[in-house]
Amino acid sequence: MKFGEFGGMFVPEVLIPPLKELEKAYRELKDDEEFKKELDYYLRNYAGRPTPLYFAKNLTEKLGGAKIYLKREDLLHSGAHKINNTIGQALLAKFMGKSRIIAETGAGQHGVATAIAGALLGLKVDVYMGAKDVERQKMNVFRMKILGANVVPVESGSQTLKDAINEALRDWVATFEHTHYLIGSVVGPHPYPTIVRDFQSVIGKETKRQILEIEGTLPDAIVACVGGGSNAIGIFHPFIEDKKVRLIGVEAAGKGIETGKHSASLCAGKKGILHGMLSYFLQDEDGQIATTHSIAAGLDYPGVGPEHAWLKEVGRAEYVAVTDEQALKAFLELSKTEGILPALESAHALAYAMELAKEMSRDEIIVVNLSGRGDKDLGIVMEALSCSANQL
Amino acid sequence: MFRKPALITFITAGDPNVKATLEFLLVLDKYSEVIELGIPFSDPMADGKAIQKANVRALKAGTKVRDVFNVVREFREYSDTPVVLMTYYNPVYRMGVERFVREAKESGANAMIVVDLPLEEAVEYLSVCEKHDMGTVFLAAPNTPNDRLKAIDEASSAFVYLISLYGTTGARDKLSQLAFDLLSRAKKICSKPLAVGFGVSKAEHVRELIKAGADGVVVGSAIVDIIGRYGEDAGDYIEDKLKELRGGLNF
Repeated sequence: MKFGEFGGMFVPEVLIPPLKELEKAYRELKDDEEFKKELDYYLRNYAGRPTPLYFAKNLTEKLGGAKIYLKREDLLHSGAHKINNTIGQALLAKFMGKSRIIAETGAGQHGVATAIAGALLGLKVDVYMGAKDVERQKMNVFRMKILGANVVPVESGSQTLKDAINEALRDWVATFEHTHYLIGSVVGPHPYPTIVRDFQSVIGKETKRQILEIEGTLPDAIVACVGGGSNAIGIFHPFIEDKKVRLIGVEAAGKGIETGKHSASLCAGKKGILHGMLSYFLQDEDGQIATTHSIAAGLDYPGVGPEHAWLKEVGRAEYVAVTDEQALKAFLELSKTEGILPALESAHALAYAMELAKEMSRDEIIVVNLSGRGDKDLGIVMEALSCSANQL
Repeated sequence: MFRKPALITFITAGDPNVKATLEFLLVLDKYSEVIELGIPFSDPMADGKAIQKANVRALKAGTKVRDVFNVVREFREYSDTPVVLMTYYNPVYRMGVERFVREAKESGANAMIVVDLPLEEAVEYLSVCEKHDMGTVFLAAPNTPNDRLKAIDEASSAFVYLISLYGTTGARDKLSQLAFDLLSRAKKICSKPLAVGFGVSKAEHVRELIKAGADGVVVGSAIVDIIGRYGEDAGDYIEDKLKELRGGLNF
């Protein structure tokens, strides 16, 4: 299955049978009542769903424009939306009779969410993490280890997220008989972008029900940050047919698109093939994948999920980019006005929504997917502010 | 496309630089029926450590796709030995399949292997290759079912590349039983020449595979390791290794 021309199964031959096995297992499982009940049980009683849709009154009043609602994925166990997918896929792995799961992680959020799912469901967990990220994210490495996972530093390439994915794929090529590769975003070869999207769509389904309950109408715009794009697809997907709802994905402009130090693959990338999918990638004229930058480690990826590429192509969703500095400002603003520390990833979405709100009227509604909490980013924020302490 | 039994040797173009590549190609030429030349890529996800490092060295030296075509062109002034370009799909896609295949062909390459392009995604590629008379090589793995193996055979105009194990490229001490099982299955199903690769690093491996009926044997990482060790001066050491491997063809 493809999204227009995007997606596909661009993998070495050896991975074709395991991907087909996964596709078949998922097809059997996804509408199975027993499975749905079990997943729902864990999401409700373990992860903390449904998450609130909170009207950010103070922020809205301060900006004087559209009403801003926050979908509080940051309140989930583990502190981010990642767990919606890891519990789902870990259950799928068990159904397929796999005893081990492997995952890639950048900052460590998906690694932690995978370690949690592994501990919960009794699966052995190995997490691949770029050596540079292991160094930068010591607390999350420690957290994963406490949770019983093994963290494998990846020394190859740029030693970041894309290399961790390469290494996880190399592992899977040799171990697929007993191992499930638990991809953390809506990326990778088919059927991963579909599976992860389905598990994350719970965000959008809840949002729709909640906003109809509270406001009696659909929102005018939904804003979410996009790295690989799983939280964005999760909240967008149930609204795709509701054409009047603007869907806006916010990428990381890093130090500015013009500096080349960013990770805005939809805004500034070209079509290409990596990690099993046809999508947009930051790359040079020879197709060599570029190194990326963002203050938010979760957005620091040179590609994007194929469904986003398609939504952009057909014009159903808009994609914009926000710099490190703007995200940092939004981080501080939400902390002060609402008492909520957003993840730096989510702060990108918030930064754009705050600008957008000012241009919209007071009876219009924006929903921001607050995909994660910011406690994990305090070190980075502290460092960024040390140059400009007066911002506090 | 080649004399049997064939020793097929692999190096990454531009490792450690393009000038050395031409020199190494001329050494490989003396001992190989077919030469596989890798186009360096930033994210070689099917490759083990040795070839990953070769890719890094080649890209660090500034190797471009155009340089790879040029070195094939220069090599053609000395030799008619078939050259197979081995690449990931993104460099091909980025340049445009049509232009890539045409320029590769014009430079003197005889066939292409695209590691991450399975049959499902290869429709356009196949028709372009046919149009430009570019040979195609698809890979088959130990877990490739028979019907698929047949389709791979049909799509491969040059030869079929049998992967000897579950894993990435890289020298291994012993051959896996999987290699022999796949080979015997492929011999019943396929009509094209069969080359076995991944993990083949010793004369003894070459001998065992040829005895078991392989038409060719691919050795890559064992040679690339030598380049990793000796850099530009690797020529003589490669020659020693090739002489040893060549011994595996005579029994």
